[in-house]
Amino acid sequence: MSKTINPVAGYENQIDSAYDHNPNDAHHAGDHHDEGPKVTLGFWIYLMSDCILFASVFATYAVLKDNIAGGPNGRELFDLPYVAVETALLLISSLTYGLAMISMEANKLKPVIGWLAVTALCGLGFMGMEIHEFIKLIEEGAGPGRSAFLSAFFTLVGTHGLHVTSGLIWMGAMFVHLFKRGLTPANRIRLMTLSLFWHFLDIIWIGVFTIVYLMGAA
Amino acid sequence: MLTYAESAAHAASTADASPLVNFLFGKLRLDSVPWHEPIIMVAGAGMVGGAILVLGLITYFKQWKYLWTEWLTSVDHKKIGAMYIILALIMLLRGFADALMMRTQQALASNGGAGYLPPDHFDQIFSAHGVIMIFFMAMPFVIGLMNVIMPLQIGARDVAFPYLNSMSFWLTAAGAILMNVSLVVGEFSHAGWLAYPPLSELEFSPGVGVDYYIWALQISGLGTLLSGVNLITTIFKMRAPGMTLMRMPVFTWTTLVANVLIVAVFPILTVTLALLGADRYLGMHFFTNDAGGNPMMYVNLIWAWGHPEVYILILPAFGIFSEVVATFSRKRLFGYDGMVYATAAIGVASSLVWLHHFFTMGAGANVNAFFGITTMIISIPTGVKIFNWLFTMYRGRIRMELPMLWTLGFIITFVIGGMTGVLLAVPGADFVLHNSVFLIAHFHNVIIGGVVFGCIAGLNYWFPKAFGFRLHVGIGKFSFWCWLVGFWVAFLPLYGLGLMGMTRRLDFVNNPLWHTYLIVALCGALLIFVGIIAQVVQIVYSIWKRDELRDLTGDPWDGRTLEWATSSPPPFYNFAVLPKIGNHDAFWDAKQTGTAYVQPKSYEPIHMPHNTYTGFLIGIVSVGLGFGLVWHIWWMAGGALLVMIGLGIAHTFNENRDYYVPADEVKAIEDAHFANLKKAEQ
Amino acid sequence: MSTPKNTPSTAKPKKPRTPHARPVDTDQTLSEAAHHDAHHDTAGHGTVKSYVIGFILSVILTAIPFGLTMAHMLPASSLIPVVVAIGVVQILVHLYFFLHMNTSSSQMWNNAAFIFTVLIVGILVIGSLWVMYHLNTNMMPGMMPVE
Repeated sequence: MSKTINPVAGYENQIDSAYDHNPNDAHHAGDHHDEGPKVTLGFWIYLMSDCILFASVFATYAVLKDNIAGGPNGRELFDLPYVAVETALLLISSLTYGLAMISMEANKLKPVIGWLAVTALCGLGFMGMEIHEFIKLIEEGAGPGRSAFLSAFFTLVGTHGLHVTSGLIWMGAMFVHLFKRGLTPANRIRLMTLSLFWHFLDIIWIGVFTIVYLMGAA
Repeated sequence: MLTYAESAAHAASTADASPLVNFLFGKLRLDSVPWHEPIIMVAGAGMVGGAILVLGLITYFKQWKYLWTEWLTSVDHKKIGAMYIILALIMLLRGFADALMMRTQQALASNGGAGYLPPDHFDQIFSAHGVIMIFFMAMPFVIGLMNVIMPLQIGARDVAFPYLNSMSFWLTAAGAILMNVSLVVGEFSHAGWLAYPPLSELEFSPGVGVDYYIWALQISGLGTLLSGVNLITTIFKMRAPGMTLMRMPVFTWTTLVANVLIVAVFPILTVTLALLGADRYLGMHFFTNDAGGNPMMYVNLIWAWGHPEVYILILPAFGIFSEVVATFSRKRLFGYDGMVYATAAIGVASSLVWLHHFFTMGAGANVNAFFGITTMIISIPTGVKIFNWLFTMYRGRIRMELPMLWTLGFIITFVIGGMTGVLLAVPGADFVLHNSVFLIAHFHNVIIGGVVFGCIAGLNYWFPKAFGFRLHVGIGKFSFWCWLVGFWVAFLPLYGLGLMGMTRRLDFVNNPLWHTYLIVALCGALLIFVGIIAQVVQIVYSIWKRDELRDLTGDPWDGRTLEWATSSPPPFYNFAVLPKIGNHDAFWDAKQTGTAYVQPKSYEPIHMPHNTYTGFLIGIVSVGLGFGLVWHIWWMAGGALLVMIGLGIAHTFNENRDYYVPADEVKAIEDAHFANLKKAEQ
Repeated sequence: MSTPKNTPSTAKPKKPRTPHARPVDTDQTLSEAAHHDAHHDTAGHGTVKSYVIGFILSVILTAIPFGLTMAHMLPASSLIPVVVAIGVVQILVHLYFFLHMNTSSSQMWNNAAFIFTVLIVGILVIGSLWVMYHLNTNMMPGMMPVE
């Protein structure tokens, strides 16, 4: 009976991180072992709601994409090779994040930080390219206020970009966490949820480049 | 409160000020407060006065520390749930004031007079009434009850993410605060509770009203979405050993399905309001009349959210009734499995009916027929539930306690309202009745009869659990009859008026034949008002007489589910020892087999989360975010956003999050409870 | 740094002794069940090989539609279904190789949530397109009907 309510039992000798090992600090030990599945499920459910959020924006784009109000359409505006480079950056960043996770499972802190940094650079590159594209379009007179099509374009691509930016900010916070405490159970859970988030964003990007850019240019 | 012309003029004039003033204050000026509107000034003075009074009393009785440590920074689901319900009750008063004003106006303005409310004031009132009642009364009430009770019912010590829970509440409160600020600083939206474009676009609503609407809902909507994630995770991951899904109480099941709906559809609301905001703030053209915008898409999206929303409200109410009927019929709920499947079916089906809110917008006969049929189908699982409640009562030994009274009132009222819904589901009939007061009567019938009666039943049922003493029965019965009779007196005339052709949202009624009906409707509303006052009196009186109404055992109703196994109120950790579940109606089972009140020989330390101010601060700062966005005070909005993000990130660096309650402390609390049990036996 | 002993650092997801989603009703304690849960949890872990395979497949599945579109080899009416289908396949590749979604029982709730989400997304997107098409056709005579 006592074991069912004492999450510490059996864990005192299995504290994960050399950085925060403190045998007197009972509350670090063990409790994160039952946190992991709870947090990842909760985050996954949030991610599903984010899916529906994107679906709403996609639906709006699909309905409004032909409303060009006499302005430019996708074929005139989209630069597919440019988008291909953006796609490559995001795809590479998914790979590098996966390598970071493998290093985490192997308890190697330095490669985790290294691969995470490469991921962040790819993400920053992606965002830089996207912002550049937006500025160029606005300067050409194809800003979001020109037509419903462009409003939907900027909003859909921009919502994805805002999510990527949030992920980058999160990565920034992770660097601080990792430098401070290393691969604690809490940080592992955070890296795991960020992994879900980052891969999810790449999946959304598949939808974006397919439905917006490829279909728009077809 | 400004007319359209005044709004436009105000907007123009603010641009004339110096750049510094524009930067510091955005569009806000001294005359943004409607000093010349007596009704608003009186209401505002009352609101501000009331707030000052409350703050003053807290200071006088030196309760700030208590308030801070026990409530504002609490991560305890019971406290957070109680705060949600307190918010709901306060906003009920404000929303009902709006209702009384509207009924009075229509009663006065239907016999040749002009009434006392100018049209754009009236428009803001009906808009505010809807927004408040749905978002800041019904939702918090339901979410509050789910918060307090569900973890107790599944044998858990708290929800999955207690910090998130605190933040969710304070974000909701922030939305309510913005609503109330809009009364005195600026104006509220004139565009109804759903703010259809193009009326809600800048061209036709140049003032700040729609912006208040957008940001109040976006901020509180975020809180609601996170709450959904939280409660689902709690149910999936934190049930006591042995409690399989099919052994959960029905209220927990309805909580689960309602929160699944929240997670599924609130993103749609977020997007739709964001797109409207993009039109208003960034000059985009999603729903404008020009440049390719399509206002019909807004209607489509907002109802794709809006219909599931009402099921989010009603399903927990159905859960409450299931608990109440079983307890007060002294009988196990009839058809448990059927109830679960019906709940799930309603949940899924609720996402397939949304077009019935705009049959008349022109989608054509085939589309209308499809959605008309799905709408009728969704009434079937609801019917299953009604029959199961009736079969539970049949041959039961019924006790007419207050929750049971409210339930009987619900069954009669809601069923009739549901039938008028099926009537409206016929597209041909809806073409006649759409946006008439028949529709108004229908949805008030089901929302008041279903959601409000359910929440009040839940309040009376679980109040002793939450606070340790019952609510006074006599005053409660008086309140019930006022509500029940008042409801029918208020809304039956509206059914008739709707069939006679009266449209909704009329500030001025030019058909003198309708005058009598409107007077009757006003009388009904006044009767409900008496009922609401009675409820306030009931609560206040019960607090005053709490020692006589004390619940010593934790089980005042001879309940069936786990929440009644704890003391009233439960200890902050809920269960000293996590129960092991063998069966349905776990507590009833335990009582029958004699294992219910056995004190364990020893206790272990209990792992609990610390309080935190992060949720409270994020919520309060979000008021600044909303206010800054409304008035275009960009430094305020941007700063608030940065602070909120900073607080969130800083919180992740907080390593002092939890602690262990020493076994001695647990033992002391439990010993006191068992002493009370002994005292109650005597 | 030590890790709980019975989980290798680069594991293929192992079937846990206690199903993830159901609460413990055997003699096994909660803490042991959670112990398993922490490492056979909702998103499992991969190997270098699986990530690289996923990456390469994704590159191919990206290059093909980009190539087809840029080369204008197909008319729009046949290009679009092809491109969408390839996109769906690439999403599945991501789900399997990057998000480690599989049919194991530890993923039960994730899969259930995912399927439900797909259902809602389907209803929302297809429903909206259907509804808006009809609304536009009937009510916006000056505009091109959508799709």
